[in-house]
Amino acid sequence: MSFLTRAAISIDVLLAEVSAPDRGGTCLFLGTVRNGPDEHGVTAIEYSAYEEMVDAEFGRLLADARGRWPEARIAVRHRLGSIPVGEASIAIAAAAPHRAQAFEACRYVIEEVKRRVPVWKKELRVDGSEVWVDPSGRPTAKPSHV
Amino acid sequence: MDTAPSVRVRVRVRFFARYAELVGRSEAAVSLPMPATVGDVVRRVREDFPGARALPERPLAAVNLKQAKLDARVRDGDEVALLPPIAGG
Repeated sequence: MSFLTRAAISIDVLLAEVSAPDRGGTCLFLGTVRNGPDEHGVTAIEYSAYEEMVDAEFGRLLADARGRWPEARIAVRHRLGSIPVGEASIAIAAAAPHRAQAFEACRYVIEEVKRRVPVWKKELRVDGSEVWVDPSGRPTAKPSHV
Repeated sequence: MDTAPSVRVRVRVRFFARYAELVGRSEAAVSLPMPATVGDVVRRVREDFPGARALPERPLAAVNLKQAKLDARVRDGDEVALLPPIAGG
């Protein structure tokens, strides 16, 4: 199974993958394409990836998460291709017996994605320009979801 | 590698996102004298491909789908990827 998709992410599918009668807390994180005051008229973001490594890295990352929260169940999808403003580029569902583990596991996965998973994004702007986003250096490209 | 020593290592180098645009290609084959490191691969790529001079001297890199340091040894047949700053999520 791949953690990548080129279609809109189905939240229902993710929730179904993690839900169970003994998991009473479920945390769902969505990262959506943003056009705020700092984004200079973004209409969409083109996502690309080192796809084989994304799947390998997600596998390692989720194994790490299972080690930390053995009772939690986590599902994740990252979307690639051109994603319009307002639609989700990533969705993470974490379910656990209690809410604390669900929140912690979900937060852990998105922070590790930002650090480890080789995905890149190019902003497509209303003026026709295209700009690679470099969260490490470009001042106007603040990391998303912070 | 243990039983058939070769004087050179051949690795497949992959470029992504902005780096692929700068180099003008998404992959290349590089041959280096043994022993060789990820850093040696980066130096060779920057020498061999004009657009690659715009790559950083110390880019983020991966060997066989796992992040690797520049002093990591590369072996014959390895896939070395040069990764722009990660911007997923």
